[in-house]
Amino acid sequence: MTYHNPPTTPRKSATFDEYAMSEIRRAAATGIYDIRGSGAKRKVPHFDDLLFLGASISRYPLEGYRERCDTSVVLGSRHAKKPIELKIPITIAGMSFGSLSGPAKEALGRGATIAGTSTTTGDGGMTEEERGHSKQLVYQYLPSRYGMNPRDLRRADAIEIVVGQGAKPGGGGMLLGQKISDRVAEMRTLPKGIDQRSACRHPDWTGPDDLEIKILEIREITDWEKPIYVKVGGARPYYDTALAVKAGADVVVLDGMQGGTAATQEVFIEHVGQPTLACIRPAVKALQDLGMHRKVQLIVSGGIRNGADVAKALALGADAVSIGTAALIALGDNDPHWEDEYQKLGTTAGAYDDWHEGKDPAGITTQDPELMKRVDPVVAGRRLANYLKVMTLEAQTIARACGKNHLHNLEPEDLCALSIEAAAMAGVPLAGTNWVPGQGGF
Amino acid sequence: MNISNVATAPSREMDFARRVFDLGENSLRELNQALHNLGPGSNETSWEVLNPKGSHSVAVGVDQPVAIDVRGSVGYYCGGMNAGGAITVHGSVGPGVGENMMSGSIVVKGDASQYAGATGRGGLLVIEGNASSRCGISMKGINIVVRGNIGHMSAFMAQSGNLVVLGDAGDALGDSIYEARLFVRGKVKSLGADCIKKEMRPEHIAILQDLLDRAGIKDAKPEEFTRYGSARTLYNFNIDNADAY
Repeated sequence: MTYHNPPTTPRKSATFDEYAMSEIRRAAATGIYDIRGSGAKRKVPHFDDLLFLGASISRYPLEGYRERCDTSVVLGSRHAKKPIELKIPITIAGMSFGSLSGPAKEALGRGATIAGTSTTTGDGGMTEEERGHSKQLVYQYLPSRYGMNPRDLRRADAIEIVVGQGAKPGGGGMLLGQKISDRVAEMRTLPKGIDQRSACRHPDWTGPDDLEIKILEIREITDWEKPIYVKVGGARPYYDTALAVKAGADVVVLDGMQGGTAATQEVFIEHVGQPTLACIRPAVKALQDLGMHRKVQLIVSGGIRNGADVAKALALGADAVSIGTAALIALGDNDPHWEDEYQKLGTTAGAYDDWHEGKDPAGITTQDPELMKRVDPVVAGRRLANYLKVMTLEAQTIARACGKNHLHNLEPEDLCALSIEAAAMAGVPLAGTNWVPGQGGF
Repeated sequence: MNISNVATAPSREMDFARRVFDLGENSLRELNQALHNLGPGSNETSWEVLNPKGSHSVAVGVDQPVAIDVRGSVGYYCGGMNAGGAITVHGSVGPGVGENMMSGSIVVKGDASQYAGATGRGGLLVIEGNASSRCGISMKGINIVVRGNIGHMSAFMAQSGNLVVLGDAGDALGDSIYEARLFVRGKVKSLGADCIKKEMRPEHIAILQDLLDRAGIKDAKPEEFTRYGSARTLYNFNIDNADAY
């Protein structure tokens, strides 16, 4: 037998993987960081790492299709004269006109209204399409105050003071000039075609004590009728929730790092903030410590995809969830139908995230008049309504299996975790054990 | 609620329609609700607010052309989102006076704290004393006239409208400014990113004269002011400008 010196098998670095190296090359060639839409794409502990236990001898289930499992939720009952009553605990998250086309905003309003839930404006003001087609519309009060005015404040059904969002806690935004049409420019009081910076801090308040005074002002302007939400990114969920409650919020909206954005630096999206799963229990703990759980409602967002995610978020203590990226997918975003066009943009269906460039083949994240014609607001709205109803049915299916006659009766005790990390974050036992990492001293 | 037509209030001229509201006796909520209840054509066009004692959110969300005299100093957000009201504060104001004002006017006889006129979209804000930092931050069409000095970072990200300062301006005036016009009679400690000194053309003289007239200022001439505005070099992101941020 003859022995040869075998060649060394080419070995690629786990640290300098294909993506890392391509980013180095791209940065070297362009001199600018990568900006994109959507939320964190890296794999983080998520709702998939949790399982429901279901009923057995120790508890009995409810009959599917026969025994009622309620899904309603009231938001804003703490101080508002007119709290919001929703049929389902799944709301549509804030997304701006400007980042989204007019037909897309109309479709969101139509779909949400059919399903019995609310939709939300974004950083760019309230459009007639959206107000007219949304039975219940939450008006965002953002640092930029683009389009903000007292008439729309009073036309809203609730007001959401945006402090941060999960994709970029501590960051502002930038709507690039190519999406600044005449209409967008007029709403934002800026020249057409220039980049529009959305500030990261509010211009007239800083800190929780100021926020309390700001909330008072908005309540006074709206005669204490509207629920006031405070939206925070998943940074320090215990303290942020506690401080929002202290400042007088009726509802806390908590957005984890998988929550989407219209345009932010890749490095920000992937490296700042906490996973949604890690945020819920600290926020619920803050509410419980203050005796405000279920009195101040908690809406969780960031990576909600199906009824199981809804049920798990509610079981961990949320009152409702909010969807953004999933709603856009339901409208047609990243649909393989447009694969040829995605290929021309150098990407593929399912991976398209250059929403800030305004070239969306699906006509959703664009202000191009020809592209936006591809969204039929009636058809797209129906698709969203269908999707919301399926999610609700799925969540009800799970709740009945756990013996619960309301989604809000789901509880952490109904869950176990598939990984130590998820068990620690969700505060539920690792499957097959009674071990909740991080509790009981170890 | 105890709101009365007090035509005999001391040291005030007789005014049949004048309503006097005493915040020492009635709540802020009652005041703002009464102002919001005014409909178009109401004859209750003249109001007087007594004993504000630093209250926040005095006369916010006014949406009728009524005159409101506030006798004393107020806290945050006085006249917030004003749309048509003519508010005069006979004292000083806390942060955010006239924030997001749409139209009408606010006159402050004393000094103003931070963020005066923040994000204001229209109307006229006159501060007869000094204004603190971030005066006119993110202004979107409001006109602001300050008889005294203004603090640092004023007109930060100012989008449109006019800021007139008879005194001096602090550091970083007009940082990241868009299309707002800044007129300063005194010294500017420093200019912010992308804010430059600009030529005072006849149309600017006319704008300034009009604002001085409307603010009741007779002891200043437009020619004494220097105009500042955007160099427009940061309007579209360019990596080679990164050092400016």
